[in-house]
Amino acid sequence: MDWLTMDLIVARFNYWVYIVLMMIGLYAMIAKNNYMKKLIGMAIFQTAIMLFYVSIGTKKGASIPILDHHGGEHGAGSAHIAGEAALKVGEAAAAFPEAAAAAGTTNPLPHVLMLTAIVVGVATLGVAMAVVQKINDQYGSIEEDEVLKRIKL
Amino acid sequence: MKKVGLLTVLLTGALLMVGVFDFPAWGDPYSPANRYLSTHYVNQAEKETAVPNLVTAVLADYRSFDTMLETSVVFIAGLAIFAILRSIEGPLVQARKRTESREKRAEKRDAGGDGQDPDLIVQTTVRLLLPTIQLFAFYVVGHGHHSPGGGFQGGVILAAGLILVAMTFGLKNTLKQFSERRGLAFGSLGVLLFAGTGLLCALMGTQFLDYSVLEAVYPFTDEIMARSHSMLVVEIGVALTVMSMLYLIYANLASHGDMKKGL
Amino acid sequence: MTLAQQAPALILLFPFFGALLTLLIGLYRRSWCWPATVAACAASALAAWSTVVQVAESSNALVTYRMAGWVPPVGIEFRVDALNAGVVFMIAMVSLLVAIFSRTVVINETAGKEHFFYTLFQMLIVGVLGIGLTGDAFNLYVFLEISSLSSYALIAMGRGRAAFSCFNYIMMGTIGASFYLLGVGYLYIKTGSLNMVDISRIMHEQDLFQTSTIHIGFLFILIGVWIKMAFFPLHRWLPNAYTFAPTATSALAAPIMTKVSIYVMIRYMYTVFDPNFVFGMGPRSDVVVWLAVIAMVVGSFYALAKRKLKMMLAYLVIAEVGYMVGGAWLANKTGLTGAIFHIMADGLMTAALFLSAGAIYYKRKSYNVTALKGMFQKMPFTMGAFALAALSMIGIPPTCGFFSKWYLISAGIEAGHYGFVGGLLFSSLVNAILFFRLLEYAYYGEVETPYVAAGKRGKKKGFREKSGRDEAPLSMLVPMWSASLGLVLLGFYSGEVIAFISRYVAEVQF
Repeated sequence: MDWLTMDLIVARFNYWVYIVLMMIGLYAMIAKNNYMKKLIGMAIFQTAIMLFYVSIGTKKGASIPILDHHGGEHGAGSAHIAGEAALKVGEAAAAFPEAAAAAGTTNPLPHVLMLTAIVVGVATLGVAMAVVQKINDQYGSIEEDEVLKRIKL
Repeated sequence: MKKVGLLTVLLTGALLMVGVFDFPAWGDPYSPANRYLSTHYVNQAEKETAVPNLVTAVLADYRSFDTMLETSVVFIAGLAIFAILRSIEGPLVQARKRTESREKRAEKRDAGGDGQDPDLIVQTTVRLLLPTIQLFAFYVVGHGHHSPGGGFQGGVILAAGLILVAMTFGLKNTLKQFSERRGLAFGSLGVLLFAGTGLLCALMGTQFLDYSVLEAVYPFTDEIMARSHSMLVVEIGVALTVMSMLYLIYANLASHGDMKKGL
Repeated sequence: MTLAQQAPALILLFPFFGALLTLLIGLYRRSWCWPATVAACAASALAAWSTVVQVAESSNALVTYRMAGWVPPVGIEFRVDALNAGVVFMIAMVSLLVAIFSRTVVINETAGKEHFFYTLFQMLIVGVLGIGLTGDAFNLYVFLEISSLSSYALIAMGRGRAAFSCFNYIMMGTIGASFYLLGVGYLYIKTGSLNMVDISRIMHEQDLFQTSTIHIGFLFILIGVWIKMAFFPLHRWLPNAYTFAPTATSALAAPIMTKVSIYVMIRYMYTVFDPNFVFGMGPRSDVVVWLAVIAMVVGSFYALAKRKLKMMLAYLVIAEVGYMVGGAWLANKTGLTGAIFHIMADGLMTAALFLSAGAIYYKRKSYNVTALKGMFQKMPFTMGAFALAALSMIGIPPTCGFFSKWYLISAGIEAGHYGFVGGLLFSSLVNAILFFRLLEYAYYGEVETPYVAAGKRGKKKGFREKSGRDEAPLSMLVPMWSASLGLVLLGFYSGEVIAFISRYVAEVQF
């Protein structure tokens, strides 16, 4: 039981949440009849992936990926935290000295990737909304079945 | 469709959940993702680029090519919305045009500008707020190397300022100040500033976007500071594009593409 | 660095700068958009040719370009080898031909919006070329989105049901791209790298192929790419989207967008992952080949059943996707060679078919099959190019369609997969029936007053019937015939091209 709660639920909580969110979004995209609801689903779907990526990059006890610029030696503050983390997992730290030095700072790469994904998401959403507006102007509805009915006419 | 959707969703979800059992624990600083490539960024980025904000360093230098394309994604989205909404046809459009021309005639009678009541309190507040918003946006763009911020964030704040103006003073009046053509030109110029910086590097004999050669261009710099300075140039380009394109996206979506009357 | 060393980046940068400048110029002078686009595409094709020559001349058939000068896993890398050099050159050539072709149709169909059209047109080319060039898994996602976003806009600019079919395309395209992104995330969480070659190296070194994360990542990348290429059960978005799009859009998107997704699939199967991993998992490859067989048969049948020329061609695209996916999943070198060669051949023949169909539509204002009647008398040159492309689609010897099908069929026999061989032959037969029926219409049929779409509401659009010959303008004939003659040329040089491709295939360990 302890294993279940600690290792599986607590240690991977973000990953479970991202899957649930993603499935909500995917379901809305496939099954909803209203175009705006589909778009809301799309936004949730894309956000879930961002949550997943950002979860990859987190480190316990680490600070934001901005180094202390004025604190004398560069990154002096983070080195302290790194030392603390290194004590906890001495074995891993010995195997990966570079990772031990970086343990005090969150992984910046997923943040960068997700900044791109956010921009892409916004762009897609904007274009999709424009298309929905056009559909509404052409057929007078944003319900899929209504639109299909009018196309068949 | 609902059953198919549910089935797909459940299958996908189950598949993804199987994967989670195999993931390294959340927050482990020695997980593969955290111990391999990213350590280079964390440990070396400040030495190599003189930028303490690691996200900016990776964004605008190590993976600057991604960022250039990302900026062009915003640019494409702005153009796409123009291209889509300008081709509206069908009976409903004609109906809308009829009501509009009627409205226009009524408007001419009233001579009420945009058909919106100018609200004194709102307008005065916006007049006071706008410079602050823009100043903050410039800070976010310019200080993106040292603190959270950067071109996208600053550009969005600038666009928010413009949208605020459009909502208060009417889209028509805003477009008089910041026209559609100017917006498109700014969008293109922003990406050109980014890509042009890269091209300059290529013309000076290195790879595209390799800022280190630009030390010859900026006064009193070395290779590392040249990278830092170029990032600022690039971020300004990003901010320019994001600002004008998000503003145009708002203007188009709010006015059904005819740029006459916003929200 | 010399200009030749910059060539891999220049392939992409010409249309990229071209797009930005086209908009700036187009805001003031609409008529300059077309020359600017053609110039950018021509320069890009030249750079692509230079890259192909460099790859052929280099000892290990590899040309790389480090973006921003950083060493690969840290920075982004362009990686051109014998697999993608040909694909990229095909894409650059097809885009040049379509750009030349687009002159009159764009003025006709998207009047007043030429600058938007041509900017998005070039951005689509940038996206597709970038997918072909990049060696970075995440960078590929960005290019995927660039090409998708611009194609959404270009398709939604069409008339009629364009917006409706575009919305479905947006939904499917977003799911596809997001699945791809998710798959890359799964690879990243296990390997920590984003560079394709680096991911492959880490997976081999740490023996990660047994982990479920890698399996699921591969599956999601595969499904994402399948959605993008309209592989059989996920193909529903394609026919409508390509049919209702403006002529120049469908002529550009149909040849290059599905083909580049197939390239991505092959790249992931053989470079990033290992054939032993991909095929060493029980019935997986067999299932995919059978799906490919269904795609061929269903695509051909639907094409036969349709009454609209463009809709037929769109369904043929789906059938052709089945050929290439099947060839790549047969798990032998002949099949892989055939699939890669067919990417190039099929890109060119789809372009030739869509271009000539576009020219017919331009003159007849209808895609209906009956509009083809008597077209050999009215538009002999257009129909000549159409017939040549049709022969290649069926697979008749001097054209390249024969050689790629030959390779695919012998691969099927080699693998002992007679279902694939049968499906391919059957689909070719259906193609033959389809195209000979069309050509018969065009050769023996009497010219009819075409069906005018606007006539439904009782008022016919002004459409004057000219007697005698009524050929398409030169700006259409030149690209059309270049594409069709290119098919024959590719057929004649198939030995050289296959020798080039086999430099990549030889390194694959089955």
